[in-house]
Amino acid sequence: MSVSQAIAVDKPPPQARGWPRARVVGYALVGFWILFGAGILAYLVYAWNPEFFAKYAPAYLQGLGTTLALVAISMVTGAILSLPVAYGRMSKNWILSGLAYCYVYFFRGTPLLVQTYLVYYGVGSFRPELETVGLWWFFREAFYCGVFAFSLNTAAYQAEILRGAIESVPRGQWEGAASLGLHKLQTLRKVILPQALIVALRPYGNELILMIKASAIVAIITVYDLMGNAKLAYAKSFDIQAYIWVAIVYLVMVEILRHGVEWIERRITVHLHR
Amino acid sequence: MPAQSIWTLLSWGPDGWSDDIASGVVVTILLALATLPIGLVIGFFVAFAKQHEEPSLRLAANIYTTVFRGLPELVTLFLFFFGMPLLLQYVVRLFNPDATIDVNSFIAGMIVLSLIFSSYASEVFLSAFRAIPKGQYEGGYAVGLAKWQTMRLIILPQLIRIAFPGLENCWLSLLKDTSLVSVVNLAETLRQSAVAARVTKHAFLFYSVAALIFLALAILSSIASGYILRHLGRRALR
Repeated sequence: MSVSQAIAVDKPPPQARGWPRARVVGYALVGFWILFGAGILAYLVYAWNPEFFAKYAPAYLQGLGTTLALVAISMVTGAILSLPVAYGRMSKNWILSGLAYCYVYFFRGTPLLVQTYLVYYGVGSFRPELETVGLWWFFREAFYCGVFAFSLNTAAYQAEILRGAIESVPRGQWEGAASLGLHKLQTLRKVILPQALIVALRPYGNELILMIKASAIVAIITVYDLMGNAKLAYAKSFDIQAYIWVAIVYLVMVEILRHGVEWIERRITVHLHR
Repeated sequence: MPAQSIWTLLSWGPDGWSDDIASGVVVTILLALATLPIGLVIGFFVAFAKQHEEPSLRLAANIYTTVFRGLPELVTLFLFFFGMPLLLQYVVRLFNPDATIDVNSFIAGMIVLSLIFSSYASEVFLSAFRAIPKGQYEGGYAVGLAKWQTMRLIILPQLIRIAFPGLENCWLSLLKDTSLVSVVNLAETLRQSAVAARVTKHAFLFYSVAALIFLALAILSSIASGYILRHLGRRALR
């Protein structure tokens, strides 16, 4: 028997492309999603109300601006605050590391909503004291309170991201830089951080997405962000499309960010792929 | 108003608020515990669909996680709390023209939290699925087990052990997300503390109490999960 004959004989039978159960279920579920999407679209077309749109679209745009400003300010302030916290977490001094640990544990262990209430209603209840210190103008504004609570919260998460990223760089990198005569700050800046930031990019992106989603919370303490305007529009019109529109805006924002982070990650890790 | 001491306010009984807040804590725990099994089951099936060879199943599962991880929890909650009655009413009125539907905030919270929890848990389950080598399935088929038997007897026990730490994180964020349901008037921990704060004007005190309760719940869960993890590990050694 020749080799070619054996190959011809042993060929597996062609895969049957029928309708196994998984495909039936899969098509049904995709069909359900298509119906669902079409249903929402049909509702929006059916309930299309130029008056509603003209009245609330500018408010939504302005709310989007508030949301973005809140997230941007909180992220930057949080990043600055996270530096000492991350330093404390990695320090060998047990008092410093204990304090940093408690800070991180508190802000990661309690709901952001509780923290926001604690700042806005809790700290705000010490009005006379705050007026004497001259900080009342800050804690009087719901927006500033939101920024304050969000910054403290994201600082705890960002400190953990930073710590994880720095600790993911092998010790040999520190030792190698030390043997070249670089001092600690130089090592950190020129050797460790460039490697750590590649690791940290994805968690930072996720944190940004989480912040955008969490920022809807400030609507409850009377800030007119995107969600706040949706609440207002719903309260005035009792039209559920107020929330549908806002959901679409949030979804689009989150998807753009998610794909953006993936794109950046692909770009900066080109040297790691072959 | 006579100045009441903090200890009176925090006491148990008609003058204090501890009993009210304690009933809120019970609601919080019940809500989280009621959500957990539903979320775990949905999350498992979504992850199962995501790693299936059938592309349409993968697509459907990916849409699910994209939607429920992309929407803010609060928006999902409001959409369901205000939208579901409208939809249900529309459907029910086809049969019974003068029916009215009221959605219980506990049920609405449970549904929304299950959707959110399951979309996060599905990612955890998915990475656990990927950590299990193909040989485990093939070994199962080779000894004559059916597909679902292989899944139940061989894959699932390993899957749970691998996924456990990730699921613990999901549980902790579920516990925190229960506080959002206070916004639609469910009398849970935060809601009860807020009522106490508004009535007594001791906002800082009562919100601190709420924060400490959530912290205590988180600590309790990590103790419990450490115990479960040890138990799972011991079973693996045997």
